[in-house]
Amino acid sequence: MARVVVDVMLKPEILDPQGQAVQRALPRLGFEGISDVRQGKRFELEVDGPVDEAALARIHDLAESFLANTVIEDFTVKVEEVAEAVK
Amino acid sequence: MTARIGVVTFPGSLDDRDTQRAIRLAGAEPVALWHKDKDLHQVDAVVLCGGFSYGDYLRAGAIARFSPVMEPLIEQAKAGLPVLGICNGFQILTEAHLLPGAMLGNDHLHFICRDQKLRVENADTAWTTDYTAGQEIHIPLKNMDGRYVADEYTLDKLEAEGRVAFRYLGLNPNGSLRDIAGISNEAGNVVGLMPHPEHAVEPLIGSGRTDGLPFFTSILKKLVNA
Amino acid sequence: MSRTPLDTVEHATATPDVELPWAELGLKKDEYERVVEILGRRPTGAELAMYSVMWSEHCSYKSSKVHLRQFGEKAPQSDAMLVGIGENAGVVDVGQGYAVTFKVESHNHPSYVEPYQGAATGVGGIVRDIIAMGARPVAVVDPLRFGAADHPDTKRVLPGVVAGIGGYGNCLGLPNIGGEVVFDACYQGNPLVNAGAIGVMRHEDIHLAKASGAGNKVILYGARTGGDGIGGASILASETFDDAKPSKRPAVQVGDPFQEKLLIECTLEAFAEKLVVGIQDLGAAGLSCATSELASNGSGGMRVTLDDVPLRDSTLSPEEILMSESQERMCAVVEPAKVDRFLEICDKWDVIATVIGEVTDGDRLEIYWHGGKIVDVDPRTVAHDGPVYERPYARPDWQDALQADDANKLPRPATGEELRDQVLKLVSSPNQASKKWITSQYDHFVQGNTVLAQPEDSGIIRIDEETGLGVAIATDGNGRYTKLDPYHGAQLALSEAYRNVATTGAKPLAVSDCLNFGSPEDPAVMWQFAEAIRGLADACQQLGTPVTGGNVSLYNQTGEAAIHPTPVVAVLGVIDDVARRTPVAFREEGQLLYLLGDTREEFGGSAWSQVIHDHLGGLPPKVDLERERLLAEILISASRDGMIDAAHDLSDGGLIQAVVESALLGDKGARLVVPDGLDAFTFLFSESAGRAVVAVPRSEELRFTDMCGARGLPVTRIGVVDGDTVDVQGEFALPLTELRTAHEETIPALFA
Repeated sequence: MARVVVDVMLKPEILDPQGQAVQRALPRLGFEGISDVRQGKRFELEVDGPVDEAALARIHDLAESFLANTVIEDFTVKVEEVAEAVK
Repeated sequence: MTARIGVVTFPGSLDDRDTQRAIRLAGAEPVALWHKDKDLHQVDAVVLCGGFSYGDYLRAGAIARFSPVMEPLIEQAKAGLPVLGICNGFQILTEAHLLPGAMLGNDHLHFICRDQKLRVENADTAWTTDYTAGQEIHIPLKNMDGRYVADEYTLDKLEAEGRVAFRYLGLNPNGSLRDIAGISNEAGNVVGLMPHPEHAVEPLIGSGRTDGLPFFTSILKKLVNA
Repeated sequence: MSRTPLDTVEHATATPDVELPWAELGLKKDEYERVVEILGRRPTGAELAMYSVMWSEHCSYKSSKVHLRQFGEKAPQSDAMLVGIGENAGVVDVGQGYAVTFKVESHNHPSYVEPYQGAATGVGGIVRDIIAMGARPVAVVDPLRFGAADHPDTKRVLPGVVAGIGGYGNCLGLPNIGGEVVFDACYQGNPLVNAGAIGVMRHEDIHLAKASGAGNKVILYGARTGGDGIGGASILASETFDDAKPSKRPAVQVGDPFQEKLLIECTLEAFAEKLVVGIQDLGAAGLSCATSELASNGSGGMRVTLDDVPLRDSTLSPEEILMSESQERMCAVVEPAKVDRFLEICDKWDVIATVIGEVTDGDRLEIYWHGGKIVDVDPRTVAHDGPVYERPYARPDWQDALQADDANKLPRPATGEELRDQVLKLVSSPNQASKKWITSQYDHFVQGNTVLAQPEDSGIIRIDEETGLGVAIATDGNGRYTKLDPYHGAQLALSEAYRNVATTGAKPLAVSDCLNFGSPEDPAVMWQFAEAIRGLADACQQLGTPVTGGNVSLYNQTGEAAIHPTPVVAVLGVIDDVARRTPVAFREEGQLLYLLGDTREEFGGSAWSQVIHDHLGGLPPKVDLERERLLAEILISASRDGMIDAAHDLSDGGLIQAVVESALLGDKGARLVVPDGLDAFTFLFSESAGRAVVAVPRSEELRFTDMCGARGLPVTRIGVVDGDTVDVQGEFALPLTELRTAHEETIPALFA
């Protein structure tokens, strides 16, 4: 049992008003020294069977064609081991 | 003989009945298409209407874009089938890469509903011949994710090829780049815009203007004269 | 506590001495004893859950019932009433075979805790009430009350509530056509988030919440059941919460408007194919409410297997499943032969649907879990035989002093310059300022039938494209007036909503209300409540507009401080052809402005006294229901015969507020002359009821004034639509540009 995490972020050049709204709120809340905030999406995919290269390639395709819109978004794929006991 | 214009209903589509009414008022025959349809029932043109298909979850239009009906639609649109995407329909067309660019959340982060002033930039597309280039019209606008973005190269190309079909006037309601409200593909058969022409087809109702009717009379003339 | 073995009916009978946490579930000792008496044994845990949640204030109306009866007892004879109080929503005949159902409900406490989700699920709940009657929802309205506009917490609550209403309603495709936004410090810890909805159906399509026909199947469909709002109905909605209890936060539901949209479409498709015998939405008290109400309103009993309920959280106990308030669920009763088709339609719309039980011959509601019977009750005792309280009430000792503090004695502006200054202050004050920043976050175009929407006096929706038949709705409620005099304040709320419907040209037909008050355990609050209901019931009787249903929200208070008593009244009207609707905006220069009705020195509870003097005292404006009826008849006749081009009711802010709004909406100025017998101040700021201002084309002047004269309605020519200023001759002139800035920039400056 493994978990694959896909992080989707707006490309750096794309305006992110939600991130900016968070960033503008920070000084008001007493958090100084944070110059930029960008908001993204995290997808946790629970994968049946082994996460081999073929499985990762399929997830890469899935991320590229569906989870992210590559016109505006970048994405990363990484594997996260899940301990069986925790559920 | 009149033209048969399909209107696709996805789960979460909202303006399907309104769009059918607009088509009827223009004198054409509306045909209800279901998102699971595997063919387009020989319609002469298709409108992807407004709404929140699949709740706009993931991204606006991103899930609907993979509905069964989209397969024949994409294929036939590339072969010249006239397709109009309104609001969510425009978002679906960009997600399906039938139109370039993408749609993001409004820059002010609020839903916005207003009677929006537009300029018709291109009166030669399949859906705009009953306008004149430069004409100023008012069409209701209502969206959460209406900020049109594309890279500079694409924007320049759109401008150079006259494919910016509509531009916001007076106020840019969502932060769209270069005030773009609607665009077309290269051939001019596929048009997408954020404002809702189907809500401006009857005096008294909605904005009380009929500035949206020419979308539907334009396509009807084209199809009947073809 | 350990809950083994399963607390079945058998187990409960065998262990009579087991102590159950009835107090924690919100039951009083005598209420618990009554449950034991009804059952002849101690209840099981599941039964206790059902009784506690169904006997809560929120579900049982135990404090308000004795007063609410007046709406039935004093109900005027009305042919229009098809379904009255007691069903999910009342149904009114609007002619041409159409029926309209409408209702207003509160979602006050949840919206304070979590503004976005509280308001969103409020819209979801009222819309399910409408679908449960068999109707297609066609519009929503949202009467809102917030704390002081400049209070920091209002900046948290208001944008969240507005985004939640928009986020949910827009996604459902329901035009938002009316409502109000009012600020007052009394609502600081208790914002009022009321949500109303209208639905339309053909007469033959009316559906009721009842389970009849032994063998018929009970189908639960929509979202899976999770641990949402367990105890929410009895705890969250019935007890005052204060700052010390943040642990209640998880009790708020998250709404899924997409799921609800699918629920609307698949329910309407099932109705269209006549697949449904009875139907009930799941709201407060979830399955406890749905099963006990369906069973008690039908002819037989019901057997339910709780194991079959689709769960989002597999760890839920049967008690929790019964109490869960997970949103976007409905329960239908379907004949066995039609079950397959019903499930097919649900599948088409990707809606999960499960048969969870059936209607039985007997008169018991029996619920099973893991093979054991955990509920065996007479459903009527759960749904209808809840406790009824005759709460003590007494006119508060401060009422006399409040009424003696006469607003008519406040210092008044003496010069034209002062008048001008106060007009600007009034139209830019948060309560009188334009709410466009708020309403532009709501879709009012969707469905393509919106004829009028806010800021018009009433919203109008076309319901038949061929004939132009339409319905109108207006909601009003002035807490300041009602505080000064609950009996007349409630009548003024009705008068204003009635007038607003008539101003747009529609005939008022029926009433729904949302009664927002403080704690019923406070005799002063209970007196306000009793007086308001008495006033409203008397006025409905006199105006011939029956109350078709509504909602009571109590415990709107923080500590000892209750909100102003705030009965929000919704009036539904019908207009036979929407083409003759009368809008607010001035449209043609040169048209004559007429004031209809009598203007007196009435400033108690007025916007002027609040904005200029921060004062609340004296008596509210005089109520004259016969005058309201006459005014309405004149406005409707004038609309029918094309005698007026614009009309605006006069209410808070008085004549000048109405004229400024009409001028700004039409972008046409007005020249006003103070009529003989009135001083400029009273003319501009008085809030006398039973009045409207109309714009009359010159060609219609004689016909219109003759009609008013013949019917005995006072009519005074006060000016003309003209230019680009609002010019009160001899006093002051204000350019529209300056008025527009003052009127439109206040709300964005506070909340954008």
